[in-house]
Amino acid sequence: MISTQEIINKKPPFSSEKLEEVNRIIAKFPQGKEKSALIRILHIAEEEFGGWLSPETMDYVASLLNIQPIEVYEVATFYTMFNLEPTGKFVFEVCRTGPCMLVGSDNIIEHIKNRLGISKVGETSADGMFTLKTAECLGACGYGPMLQCGKQYHEHLTPEKVDALIEEYRQKYSSSKSQN
Amino acid sequence: MGRKLLLEHVNVPGIETYDVYTKKGGYEALEKALKTMSPADVQEHVSKSGLKGRGGAGFPTGMKWSFLAKPDGVPRYLVCNADESEPGTFKDRYLMEKIPHLLIEGMILSSYALGANTSYIYIRGEYMFVLDILEKAIAEAYNNGWLGKNIKGSGYDLDLYVTPGGGAYICGEETALLESLEGKRGNPRMKPPFPAIKGLYGCPTVVNNVESIATVVPIINIGGEEYAKIGTEKSTGTKLISACGNLARPGVYEIELGLSVEEFIYGDDWCRGIANDKNIKALIPGGSSVPILPAHLITKTAAGETRYMSYESLSDGGFATGSMLGSGGFIVFDEDQCIVRNTWNFARFYSHESCGQCSPCREGTAWMEKVLYRLEHGQGTMRDIDLLADINKKIEGNTICPLGDAAAWPVAAAIRHFREEFEWHVTHPQKAIKSNYGLLKEPTL
Repeated sequence: MISTQEIINKKPPFSSEKLEEVNRIIAKFPQGKEKSALIRILHIAEEEFGGWLSPETMDYVASLLNIQPIEVYEVATFYTMFNLEPTGKFVFEVCRTGPCMLVGSDNIIEHIKNRLGISKVGETSADGMFTLKTAECLGACGYGPMLQCGKQYHEHLTPEKVDALIEEYRQKYSSSKSQN
Repeated sequence: MGRKLLLEHVNVPGIETYDVYTKKGGYEALEKALKTMSPADVQEHVSKSGLKGRGGAGFPTGMKWSFLAKPDGVPRYLVCNADESEPGTFKDRYLMEKIPHLLIEGMILSSYALGANTSYIYIRGEYMFVLDILEKAIAEAYNNGWLGKNIKGSGYDLDLYVTPGGGAYICGEETALLESLEGKRGNPRMKPPFPAIKGLYGCPTVVNNVESIATVVPIINIGGEEYAKIGTEKSTGTKLISACGNLARPGVYEIELGLSVEEFIYGDDWCRGIANDKNIKALIPGGSSVPILPAHLITKTAAGETRYMSYESLSDGGFATGSMLGSGGFIVFDEDQCIVRNTWNFARFYSHESCGQCSPCREGTAWMEKVLYRLEHGQGTMRDIDLLADINKKIEGNTICPLGDAAAWPVAAAIRHFREEFEWHVTHPQKAIKSNYGLLKEPTL
């Protein structure tokens, strides 16, 4: 079980290493146009601070770019990749659009629900490990059904592959825990 | 198999690295251009090649470039649209993942032609793993002197960066993309002014699709006139087609434009027919935004002529009996697929992806989704079918960007060609709830 405390504890600021990365990103844009770096920095912030963008995180990002917090909120709420609420440790985003549906994405969504004991899309498993979401076309139409977890695409899914995947992520988490 | 200009070396091990790419002739086109051609020469080759934009709209690339304003002392930008999100389309991802240097070389060539000293590749956020591949390739290009100051002693400077989006289909529209690249919500801009006059940061900007930019490399290699000899008179060159749906062998293929649709679907070199030996029911040839074609209009046009994979042949018959080549997102439906369910699925997609700026699109796409949901789930009426057509007319042409049209056209085409199937859902409500247009297991109710 992952405690909410564990997620809440991951707060700004960035480590000095991450700050360097952020500054490298900002430097890609002309002077006065630093806001262009916003979306990429939000991706990094989400990864660093518990997998979601808390108001505190967004305010911090605003301060890094010297822009108003509202400018960050309006962007974070527009783009569907950003989580504005805490999620499970791993987020499964299953593509549900036409080409994937033609090759059985509906069955995969049902299977994940049953397997994780989730009643509807958007919920998190009771152990706090997995959140199930659906996504619109992820550009893997020829290799469906598929899901994205973090940066990783998992394609040509079958119920058996999904089971193995869930197991794989569980083990990944317990081994990362034991290392800490 | 036809000529391959982009994917010729795609299966060479290590082609994603600079060393292997250069061993296979990589960066030769760029070297040739920097040593022997002026920017105007490069542009001339692209114009002569007849290349049409490969993102979906099919606008001639050379002409788009010629519109770029060049006021003194104002920077110009080239932005690569790698926000590939059109359902059925996954060709740009394939190209970037497999041969990233082809895009990088194309970016440098095109930036040189346009006189841009800073260029950006805007890639959809979900392709973050591809962004890593591109950044690695860009670093290699810098290390080998193809990027930075005074490239290979030519006096030309260029910096190239990749930047991700955050998951929004609308950012594939070029002005929405520019907004997003400026760190804002992806709301399309009113046009005019067009990006060629006022684009990124208010400066003249060209936005081109990944495949269009990559194609500049073979155009410079073989020459624009030579390129124009490939394909058909109106559809020159080769095109990447991402084939998906119920095919025996889905995937990304490079075709010479003008290949017959029949050969592409059934040929051994290509998709090898429909999966599980089923029959074909319908085809969406160019991404979810283009009209669907019923079985009898796929391999032949309404006039009974052979249908080819080309801009002109796929659109033969207009919207009444034709479709479009679009992005090359080739979606095949087998005989067991329900058209109402699919139309609803795509309507849900557009409703989800509407940016919400224009009321006809924001409200209309949501209404269409609701009405189609109702029909698909056995609660529709005959009036609903006409209502859909009515909503369509009220969206089409009444919005800032083409997303509204893209949402309206597929629904109109589905009703045009499969009206009976929509009516079946009304007359057989109980079956519609539980069965797939009575095509699979029909439950006894």
